[in-house]
Amino acid sequence: MNKLNANIPDGPLSEKWTRYKSEQRLVNPSNKRKLDIIVVGTGLAGASAAASLGEMGFNVKAFCIQDSPRRAHSIAAQGGINAAKNYQNDGDSVMRLFKDTIKGGDYRAREANVYRLAELSNNIIDQCVAQGVPFAREYSGMLANRSFGGAQVSRTFYAKGQTGQQLLLGAYGALSKEINKGTVKMFTRREMMELVVVDGRARGIITRNLVTGKLERHSAHAVIIATGGYGNVFFLSTNAMSSNGSAIWQCYKKGAFFANPCFTQIHPTCIPVHGDYQSKLTLMSESLRNDGRIWVPKDEKTAELLRQGKIKASEIPENERDYYLERRYPAFGNLVPRDVASRAAKERCDAGFGVNNTGRAVFLDFKEAIERLGKDAVESRYGNLFEMYERIVDQNPYDTPMMIYPAVHYTMGGLWVDYELQTTIKGLFAAGEANFSDHGANRLGASALMQGLADGYFVLPYTIQNYLADQIAVSHISTDLQEFADAETKAQRRINMILDVKGEETADSIHKKLGHIMWEKVGMSRDEKGLKEAVAELDDLRRFFWQNIKVPDVDGVNPELEKALRVADFLEMGKLIATDALMREESCGGHFRTEHQTSDGEAMRDDENFRFVAAYEYNNEDEPRLHKEELFFESIELKNRNYKS
Amino acid sequence: MNFTLKIWRQHNADSKGGFETYKVEDIPPEASFLEMLDILNEGIVRKGGDPVAFEHDCREGICGCCGLYINGHPHGGFKGTTTCQLCMRKFKNGETIVVEPWRAKPFPVIKDLMVDRSALDKIIQAGGYVSCHTGGVPDANAVLVSKHDADLAMDAASCIGCGACVAACKNASAMLFVGAKISQLELLPQGRIETEERVKKMVAKMDELGFGNCSDTRACQAVCPKKIKVTNIARMNRNYLWAKLKGKH
Repeated sequence: MNKLNANIPDGPLSEKWTRYKSEQRLVNPSNKRKLDIIVVGTGLAGASAAASLGEMGFNVKAFCIQDSPRRAHSIAAQGGINAAKNYQNDGDSVMRLFKDTIKGGDYRAREANVYRLAELSNNIIDQCVAQGVPFAREYSGMLANRSFGGAQVSRTFYAKGQTGQQLLLGAYGALSKEINKGTVKMFTRREMMELVVVDGRARGIITRNLVTGKLERHSAHAVIIATGGYGNVFFLSTNAMSSNGSAIWQCYKKGAFFANPCFTQIHPTCIPVHGDYQSKLTLMSESLRNDGRIWVPKDEKTAELLRQGKIKASEIPENERDYYLERRYPAFGNLVPRDVASRAAKERCDAGFGVNNTGRAVFLDFKEAIERLGKDAVESRYGNLFEMYERIVDQNPYDTPMMIYPAVHYTMGGLWVDYELQTTIKGLFAAGEANFSDHGANRLGASALMQGLADGYFVLPYTIQNYLADQIAVSHISTDLQEFADAETKAQRRINMILDVKGEETADSIHKKLGHIMWEKVGMSRDEKGLKEAVAELDDLRRFFWQNIKVPDVDGVNPELEKALRVADFLEMGKLIATDALMREESCGGHFRTEHQTSDGEAMRDDENFRFVAAYEYNNEDEPRLHKEELFFESIELKNRNYKS
Repeated sequence: MNFTLKIWRQHNADSKGGFETYKVEDIPPEASFLEMLDILNEGIVRKGGDPVAFEHDCREGICGCCGLYINGHPHGGFKGTTTCQLCMRKFKNGETIVVEPWRAKPFPVIKDLMVDRSALDKIIQAGGYVSCHTGGVPDANAVLVSKHDADLAMDAASCIGCGACVAACKNASAMLFVGAKISQLELLPQGRIETEERVKKMVAKMDELGFGNCSDTRACQAVCPKKIKVTNIARMNRNYLWAKLKGKH
């Protein structure tokens, strides 16, 4: 029996969501007060869900890992948020946004979910404006737009280079309003350790209080996981330091299926790695590709001189520069999707054309834009990004081109969810980057914010009622149930096991080793040999961890313990990612198997054999069970992605 | 590069703290201040000690988690720079660097360099939002906003809530933080309707939590890593005065 039923409503694509809403079950106001909902994570998806559910009258308990819900990593999103408003009269529509997203995801996402996302995109912009999000405006007072990768229209709304911050502060405002009203109870500095399942339904969580170090039990009628992605499995990524995969990993180990783990996104424009002490990579917004032109020298010898620091970029004449994206993809040029731009940068650097001392960088040049628009116009568009670059690299991008290289940024994979965003565990929902639902094998720029807010403001508030409608007779769940005690014991045992090793290696040092294996063998390009090696090396490293980890045994605040617990989960997760990458014998989106490419180095999909979502069921650490959800494309024709013409 | 660090160590809120001296060697000039602390902590952990606790997350200057008093200045006193984006090349080789937590009554120390800034959340909860609910809102272009106002609102809204302004102020005033939120929402038609109620509630909450009055020294503006201007305080004061005057009639 196939366990995966996506529960997609009947009817034509454009009517599915409307039909769902008209037929779903509702919970009346007096019953809403009796129902508790836990929301883990307060990024765009979590904060918007908690606020909206609180407004509706549910009792919401929200949890975040930082000292304040305003600090979730959604805050770092720079470029913008997509919507099909067609304010620019450039031919945009819900259908076009839907098609671009499906195509951008290389035909590995579910049509119905993506169409709903495109439909809701417009409501999000309306909602955020009403909240006082200061989007960029034209002189007319109307909203401004810019273009982003993978699209030929300008549909991206933005607030300087701080769009994520402004949208998150909007959601945080809504959340604060509900906290003030008492409908949402906020728990900060908490990390989820375990999911509690009672009679097959998600009924609560065990958290660790990061100040006292104590474990705590929390119960609810439903649990929403909105804890973001697992990009930090690579150690170096654009994610925040506390971004981790442990919450979704614990859900997986409790029976929620994990979908498409190998779909990880490498962002093309990040500041290159410069040393092994480095703790994270800094993204330079995709919006820079609107006006910046990417190039390397045409001549390998010139590149060598650049690497040795003997010449400067400005000394290389125009006719000796290779604007390789414009050359290879004339139709989209510098605005090809992220996976395509990243691979092209790697290809040039591997071929010996890298431009910095490590050979792992290409130029992103604003000279032409400054000549065309003037320095002031460029400054008003990208000023804060240029400043950030200069602060880190100590070079002025107005005078000398930026140097950039791809870095791990986002994970399209995540907990498997159906159309209602419910996982394979009843009553457990996943939203935002924590689920797998909308981006297929590659996410387009400015779509993460859109998805997080769509899930939180407009999808979950409907779908969760459909689940809770038959829970109204269930009274408040007691945390004295045996299942809570067992989960707490399990979490405590995991902590004790780590403290008891008393080895010689720090969590960071093992995490770096993990990151190295993942980046080299499960990174931008993958092959069978490397992936098999990675699986074996990850097994060894996991054993090494459990024999050598060293964590100070102190009361209260213990950041080393937090890190070690997360690394333990990342080590297991890394293996699932490699296993999935090995299974998927095709190239699609961010997943590039070198065995499967065209003669000119483009990804070669295999729709006959791999047109499915790979959803893994936990069995034991070494043998996850694969379930396939076949993908059907009825409204869009399956074809090779073409950004050339 | 080599440095001598004098770091404030304090086990928890109730214990008495004090400075401890550490030496760090071979720090790459490109390393950020926090990466330098990572290197220090790696050494402490390997020797079986308790590493220095400090707050950090995004490490790209936007989440507002990090905030250290470095050589007597919040975030080290480098213009428009958060602690996480401060590179060690800005210091002199061999320099002694003093590192302390934010010092302000409403921000009690949790451990070492970590402080409790939840008071800032409480001020926002008192009214730092537009009270619209999800759904049922007009089309985004139905209400026009002049570019000038939108830009000013954006400048005010870029506050990251790090609390440097409070730490820098001799009165531990949060008026730059509060003024920025009041201004952002007052400048936009969507938020203006509630300005009077909002400003009264937020100022009352700020007072209740023990933040002081404006010291008029503009120390907050000088240290703000997002360069938020004191004109936002002026705008708040004007709104507050008007709200109070109107309230009397």
